[in-house]
Amino acid sequence: MKELSLNILDIAKNSVKAKATQIEIVIDEQNDWRRLTIRDNGCGMPPEMVATVTDPFTTSRTTRPVGMGLPLLKLAAEQTGGTLSVKSSQGVDHGTEVTATFAMNHLDCVPLGDYAGTMVTLIQGSPDIDFSFTYRRASGEINLETAQMREILGDVPLDTPEVLAWVYESLTAPE
Amino acid sequence: MKTLAELQAIRDRMKDTVNLRSGSGSIRAVVGMATCGIAAGARPVLAALVEEVSRLGLTDKVTVTQTGCIGICRYEPIVEVYEADKEKVTYVKMTAEKARRIAEEHLQGGKVVEEYTIGAVENA
Repeated sequence: MKELSLNILDIAKNSVKAKATQIEIVIDEQNDWRRLTIRDNGCGMPPEMVATVTDPFTTSRTTRPVGMGLPLLKLAAEQTGGTLSVKSSQGVDHGTEVTATFAMNHLDCVPLGDYAGTMVTLIQGSPDIDFSFTYRRASGEINLETAQMREILGDVPLDTPEVLAWVYESLTAPE
Repeated sequence: MKTLAELQAIRDRMKDTVNLRSGSGSIRAVVGMATCGIAAGARPVLAALVEEVSRLGLTDKVTVTQTGCIGICRYEPIVEVYEADKEKVTYVKMTAEKARRIAEEHLQGGKVVEEYTIGAVENA
């Protein structure tokens, strides 16, 4: 993937597939390290699956015997000296949390890229899911909560073109 | 700087619209958005399609949705067009530019853009 925002879109799609109703994306940049966390309240995975989930030949899909999403994110993190961790639970507290760290000053660190485009794509595809997006760095914090948007919009669906345009501009506005 | 007041304004403008819920259109354009699609460039294809459908005033007629892996990854980005009583059309190796042309000629004009379909690309 050319930019991290595409990996984020890809992994968040796993959460959608897991029937999550809440998906939280946090990007935290501090001291030249970028930490990405994608957390959901989806169905979760059994321990046996978590153990091999970063293997390209481990996948829940049936169209092809490979799942490249997590392996690609792991590669992106590790090529900068960072790490990937996956935690998941199927019980009462069901859900999955994927955390990846990146050394931003490393030559092989992919740019974050168009995270606004990623959020618009996620909301367009799943207008009824509660997405929470936070981007935190030294210059400040950007935050978007679709639950909050829904309170204001009432019956107007989140995938309405004007609403999607509002989301894009909210996330790309200069601070 | 976008504000919540602007969101309120969108709501005020739209709340009198009869048909708020999308999904009632007669044409469905489905964009592949699995790992293969995303890596191949599906995000801008979706963005262009959504923008064109809106710009051409087709939101009542056309619903744009996303799907997972379609199973022919080397042809991604892929857009499938479903219309009642018509055969499914599968557009492959899509770009934002091609999406704009398809929105106008096919979704609006009703004429399939043959050269972008899987049949044409496979036999090229």
